Amino acid sequence: MYKYDSYDQQMVDARVADFRDQVRRRLDGSISEEQFRPLRLMNGLYLQLHAYMLRVAVPYGTLSSAQMKMLGDIADKYDRGYGHFTTRQNIQYNWIKLEDAPDILADLASVEMHAIQTSGNCIRNTTSDQYAGAIADEVVDPRPYAELIRQWSTFHPEFSFLPRKFKMAVIASDTDRAAMRLHDIGIQIVKNAAGELGAAFYVGGGMGRTPMVAPCINEFVPIDQMITYSEACLRVYNRHGRRDNKYKARIKILVHELGKDEYTRQVEAEFAHLLTQGIEPPLAELERIKVQFADPAFATGLVDTLDRSDPDFALWVDNNTHTHRIPGYVVVTISLKPVGGIPGDASADQIRLMGDLAKDYSFDELRVTHAQNIVLPHVQKAELYALWQKLDAAGLGTANLDKIGDIIACPGLDYCSLANARSIPVAQKISQRFAAREQEIGELKLKISGCINACGHHHAGHIGILGVDRKGVENYQLLLGGSEGADTSLGTITGPGFDENGIVDAVEKATDVYLANKEGEERFLDTYRRIGMAPFKEAIYG
Amino acid sequence: MVETQFRFRADEPVADPAVTVDAFGDQTNAAAVRIEPGDDARDLIPHLDRIKLVEVNFPVFGDGRGYSAARILREAGYVGELRAVGDVLVDQLAYLRRCGFDSFAPERELNHADAEAAMARYPEVYSPTVDGLAPIWAKRHGHGAGN
Amino acid sequence: MKILTGNDLKTGDVTWWTGEGWSRHVEEAVDVGEHGEEIAARENALRHVVAPYVIDGARTEEGIRPAHIKERIRALGPTVRLDLSLKPADPAAGNWVI
Ligand code: SF4
Repeated sequence: MYKYDSYDQQMVDARVADFRDQVRRRLDGSISEEQFRPLRLMNGLYLQLHAYMLRVAVPYGTLSSAQMKMLGDIADKYDRGYGHFTTRQNIQYNWIKLEDAPDILADLASVEMHAIQTSGNCIRNTTSDQYAGAIADEVVDPRPYAELIRQWSTFHPEFSFLPRKFKMAVIASDTDRAAMRLHDIGIQIVKNAAGELGAAFYVGGGMGRTPMVAPCINEFVPIDQMITYSEACLRVYNRHGRRDNKYKARIKILVHELGKDEYTRQVEAEFAHLLTQGIEPPLAELERIKVQFADPAFATGLVDTLDRSDPDFALWVDNNTHTHRIPGYVVVTISLKPVGGIPGDASADQIRLMGDLAKDYSFDELRVTHAQNIVLPHVQKAELYALWQKLDAAGLGTANLDKIGDIIACPGLDYCSLANARSIPVAQKISQRFAAREQEIGELKLKISGCINACGHHHAGHIGILGVDRKGVENYQLLLGGSEGADTSLGTITGPGFDENGIVDAVEKATDVYLANKEGEERFLDTYRRIGMAPFKEAIYG
Repeated sequence: MVETQFRFRADEPVADPAVTVDAFGDQTNAAAVRIEPGDDARDLIPHLDRIKLVEVNFPVFGDGRGYSAARILREAGYVGELRAVGDVLVDQLAYLRRCGFDSFAPERELNHADAEAAMARYPEVYSPTVDGLAPIWAKRHGHGAGN
Repeated sequence: MKILTGNDLKTGDVTWWTGEGWSRHVEEAVDVGEHGEEIAARENALRHVVAPYVIDGARTEEGIRPAHIKERIRALGPTVRLDLSLKPADPAAGNWVI
């Protein structure tokens, strides 16, 4: 894992002092709320429905045990005993006092964490593959590249007042586990025929009001020009992105309006200029970072078999573990989606426990996934049963990864001031309704957003649900056929919306159509793609 | 006319009124020009040798186009005064300076001590710009000065 | 009726204008009539409240009811964590927001 050196530490320490001063000026009246708002947002502090909310960055989703435990301690000390893991691989606290915020940042800085640029019209926390470094299908571990981007984008002097927020993701495998093509910039680290590493740039994807899948604008930027190329992409956007209409200000609109070719032409021209400016960190810096992501001391000669005699354990293994690239190890995903629970929420005790378990079972490492779960990346098979028992005893043993109960849901109208409808109660009802049938239904990614901003990725759900406001009453639209993997596609709205119970019934009808039409090993998405919308519409509205 | 509150240059300020980018092309004797957010700073590049002052206007602080305009001019070799005017606030100063601004004429006067503190807050920088500060990566690898 | 609401600057708590000050309980809100903007501007300048705004509400048998569901959820707390709401002892409290 990446360790801060004294430079990195100085930067986050300076940020704590900076924010402490900004809060002081707000409280003593030197600056107005209008002036303070962008400052607090650039530090992840929102004013939400019930209180201030603080979003803490988890760069590329990677955490150490000590960091995770600090997140649990903060939940107890400054919040109300829990945190919410988000689709940006971050964690949010819902009940923060403005006066406490600088102290929280100081506590975070003590474990090399921060809330820098977790909101605002700047480059946000960079996300990555939650299985990075643990899975066989990657070209390299993508996180060193994400760390390079983290440093470049932190307090970037030119790109801190962009037309709109800016999200980047870095992956290094063809199996896209980070919804890379639904980002403002998605980077895939690739190898060319000569065996050299490069970065494929996908620019102008996103969800929200106008969802778009990012086109590839350059298939191979040499790895020692990746930062310069990013800078060129951003500069063209900062200069020409629309600022007249908030809903048209994301880079996807610029790329769409200019056309991919013209946008690319402008980027290439800017890139040629910026190459003369010496802004690229040397490869030695990348090497310095890479060393810190070196493999932990994996044991060799381990048994590669499991005792599956406990059926509950076997079910969990089948659902929640992935093959590790090292024999004798597995990748474990801890579901934060218990039946009837709040997706992505974990209590302070659960957070600390996961931190402890990471130390005992997973080389001191955890990951947050964009599906709002937690990964222990390197667990020995021989220790898996013991780990599962501890998880299960703490309510963390739910066996439902990628099943219909593993719902992504944004906070919705229970917490979010932008929401049109509640997301969480819908997720709870669906997970309860399908609890007994989710194994039969198989892989089904269901995603719920409480408004068009799409934090719950509803466009990319096999089944998506979008909350809307119909004359002051909550209403839910149903979408089918979205996906966020290598086969990224956007869901299609089935038709008129439903009330809270109606949407749960509609989901059930959709799954019934699937089960009745399923051929062979088809997933819900495969069947939908084969038979199309008509039979679903018929069943839902007929 | 708004007072220049901070100026980090030793030369005499130019007294000429700044003309618009459009007008500047025709007025071959003008030495001061004012860039609005929608203007293309690159239009000035052929004339940099006769420009002594560029004002970049920030009608609202959230419109960040002026940051790119400033860097583009500095990257093109402009050495005259680069002044941020308009809705310029304490917490933008450090970013603006890094992009090449060397004078500030905020339309609302800033608290002097707060501004000084904000400009001095960050001892290091991650990204190199035209300001010549060595980025952290250069220090890590013994490159000394940036670029 | 017109109700003035906002959040406490320091704590972020949801607050309602009572005619004399701010309360966390919507039942204590008063009708601000035409004066909402004026009070909001004054209280904002005094830093007693952040981002105040005027909403519609009605007096009902159960007390004051903000017109929009969002404001009712603000008045109660998260419906999915009633233990953290202003009515932790009432398991049916969530029905009020609908
Ligand atoms: S999708 Fe809308 S309701 Fe949900 S968290 Fe995002 S902004 Fe809030």
